[in-house]
Amino acid sequence: MVIVPAYNEEGAVACVVESVHSCVPGVPVLVIDDCSEDSTLEVARRAGAQILALPHHLGLGGCVQAGYKLAYELGFEYVIRVDGDGQHDARDIPRILDRLKTSGCEMVIGSRFAEANGARAGVARSLGIRFFRMVLRPILGKPVHDPTSGFVGVNRRALDLFSRSFPLEYPEIEALVVLQRKRFRFEEVPCTMRPRQAGRSSITAFKSLYYIVHVLLGVFVNVLRFEGRRRTPPAKEE
Amino acid sequence: MDRLLNVTTGLSVLMLVIVLFSVRRAHIRPEYSVTWLFAAAAMLVLSRVRPLLEFLRRLTGLPDAPLTLFLMGAGVFLIMVFRFSVILSHLRDDNIALAQRVAILEYHLKSQREL
Repeated sequence: MVIVPAYNEEGAVACVVESVHSCVPGVPVLVIDDCSEDSTLEVARRAGAQILALPHHLGLGGCVQAGYKLAYELGFEYVIRVDGDGQHDARDIPRILDRLKTSGCEMVIGSRFAEANGARAGVARSLGIRFFRMVLRPILGKPVHDPTSGFVGVNRRALDLFSRSFPLEYPEIEALVVLQRKRFRFEEVPCTMRPRQAGRSSITAFKSLYYIVHVLLGVFVNVLRFEGRRRTPPAKEE
Repeated sequence: MDRLLNVTTGLSVLMLVIVLFSVRRAHIRPEYSVTWLFAAAAMLVLSRVRPLLEFLRRLTGLPDAPLTLFLMGAGVFLIMVFRFSVILSHLRDDNIALAQRVAILEYHLKSQREL
């Protein structure tokens, strides 16, 4: 299943749904409408998507988690998340899906920086990505090139985990630490990212500082919850 | 000093009355009123029982009783704010889980109807 979290994306969501249908025919596309104020829901429905309509605005994390919960209940083995703003190229979905199936890791991130493909982010975002790469490197035990990417695929084990525990605001970076808590693995595959096709990003310049503090706190809290650090009583010998 | 304690006493009594009326009119749930009632009662006792206020002043090493009363009040309210933050966080988590469940149930319901 492909899930598409969307909030006020009437200008881009139809294109996203149609491109997913053409790149991975037969795979259901679920648009999770985060109580948009525009006609995102109707546009997505007309484009042929299934709709999960949230009764009120939950934010990105709550929206994505709702999709994960439904996909888990419906029994899907693999779920790919594609943003509703059209930044992700649906032609990369088969590559993410293949890597999920063959690598056995729980999550695959579509990364714009995994290979030197000339991808660029804005100055502020680049600085943020570099900063979080540095922070995450010792926590995850391996480098992650694009920790803020929302183009991710998860298998059923990760789906089960995220259905129960998923960061509610700015979830991408914290989700990596949640995975690490369970000793789950992730890999990155190079992907193309395009400028958003319509609408405006929810992360404004003013919100960037809040974003950094919030995500750092979330990462710190998740590190404290690492299950490997808990002392488990020794198993009784029989 | 006496005037200050009288003012604090008056404010504490006023707070007790407002909270009790709010509970009676169901503007505030009884379980959440307990914290307010406790805070008002604590301020009232500190304002009226001078030896207790003096004891706390000596215990904290503060220079005078009004400052002690003020800091005790601020401490009580900080604890209340923290408690309400915890309650709000639980409510938000529950609210998100409920909203997700409603959306998923609506999805299932619609799927059933279309079959």
